[in-house]
Amino acid sequence: MSTDSKNEMIMKKSDGPAAASTSEQITKAPDGRPPEEQPTWRQDFPIDWPQDHHVARRDFTKFLVLTSFAFVVGQFWIAVQNFIRRRRSKPQMVKIASLAALPVGGAVVFKYPDAHDDCILIRTGEDTLAAFSQKCTHLACAVVPRPELNAFHCPCHAGYFDMSTGRAIAGPPKRPLPRITLKVNGDLIYATGVEVSTL
Amino acid sequence: MRVNWSRSSNESQPSKVFIMPVPEHLNFYIDPNRCIGCQACVQACTECDTHKGESMIHLEYVDRGESVQTVPVVCMHCDQPTCAEVCPADAIKRTEDGVVQSARKPRCIACGNCVIGCPFGVPEINIEQQLMKKCDMCYDRSSVGKKPMCTTVCPSQALFFGTRQEIELLRPRSMPVNEFRFGRQSITTRVSMMVPRQSHEPARYVDVTAAMDERPASRHVSLTVIDDPFAEVQTG
Repeated sequence: MSTDSKNEMIMKKSDGPAAASTSEQITKAPDGRPPEEQPTWRQDFPIDWPQDHHVARRDFTKFLVLTSFAFVVGQFWIAVQNFIRRRRSKPQMVKIASLAALPVGGAVVFKYPDAHDDCILIRTGEDTLAAFSQKCTHLACAVVPRPELNAFHCPCHAGYFDMSTGRAIAGPPKRPLPRITLKVNGDLIYATGVEVSTL
Repeated sequence: MRVNWSRSSNESQPSKVFIMPVPEHLNFYIDPNRCIGCQACVQACTECDTHKGESMIHLEYVDRGESVQTVPVVCMHCDQPTCAEVCPADAIKRTEDGVVQSARKPRCIACGNCVIGCPFGVPEINIEQQLMKKCDMCYDRSSVGKKPMCTTVCPSQALFFGTRQEIELLRPRSMPVNEFRFGRQSITTRVSMMVPRQSHEPARYVDVTAAMDERPASRHVSLTVIDDPFAEVQTG
């Protein structure tokens, strides 16, 4: 082993002050023979602190337990976040379009629930309407309706969302577009809420 | 901070960049002759926080039936530590300054092999903690150049921490010996034991097993026996 790689090895073992010491063996075996003549297990279980590079099984187990505990806590955190989001008060009903002014296949862009949240309403059939947030769930580019494919297309990374359900069908996005719940009252179309789902 | 990567400069100047060992010139000397059994060392050791109020120094009676002579027992910090040799869990490590450390907590399985193996009877098992703890020469203190707790309080200086020159100047009639024979096992230690300096032949080592059968020469001690210890003293 070259000196450089040996030093590098010592540097990697960063467990405090003893790490950078000389790696020379100071403890002599009880039989007094030189280290080269000693059985291999002496190298595997050195008495000298600087030569000891082992990770104890107990340390490893501790790492595993703590890591999985952190994952469990994370899952609970997500569940709590979902709960809080559900309990949040619904945004108020907003008039967005008139049914008469929207032909089949036509689309209307609107802001809901805030002035910064772009949404799109599409009349997919004579009796069916679909409204989704326009932000792609991948990196928030604006999605463009493609009625011939029955999909929304995100031009940034070629992501596709199903037009009727909002589900991601191709490309990098994994989560569906947030759906805007609608209510039709006579001729007027109202947005009543946002349904965010992760699947 | 400066790091020497080349081997030659490493050897000429020991890499003192990160390490903080017990200085080589400072050593521990035990002088059992001077021990008065006051337990000050035990108390001082107990006060230390690094081992949670447990004394790592043992004050042993040499032969309780014969004499009141006590001897303080600290870890001798062997060059070939038997405790580490017999440890099946690879828990006892020796830092490069020759100090044998307490068992590594994540590794120690509290099997007690070290307790049985140590020829000086130093390690002890803490059953509650499932851990062997032993004297580590107050590594937190001695590694920064301070004296171990017990040596700072010993009123008769039976426990001494300092240079060899100092101890030879202070104790001209004794000499430090750091080799011990236990039958066929010969152990050299970092801690030295003060033995009487004999003019004809200086002792190179302490033959412990031979000394076990040694009995002190019997001395006639006569005490004045008082007839009636509770007799009232006549006054006036």
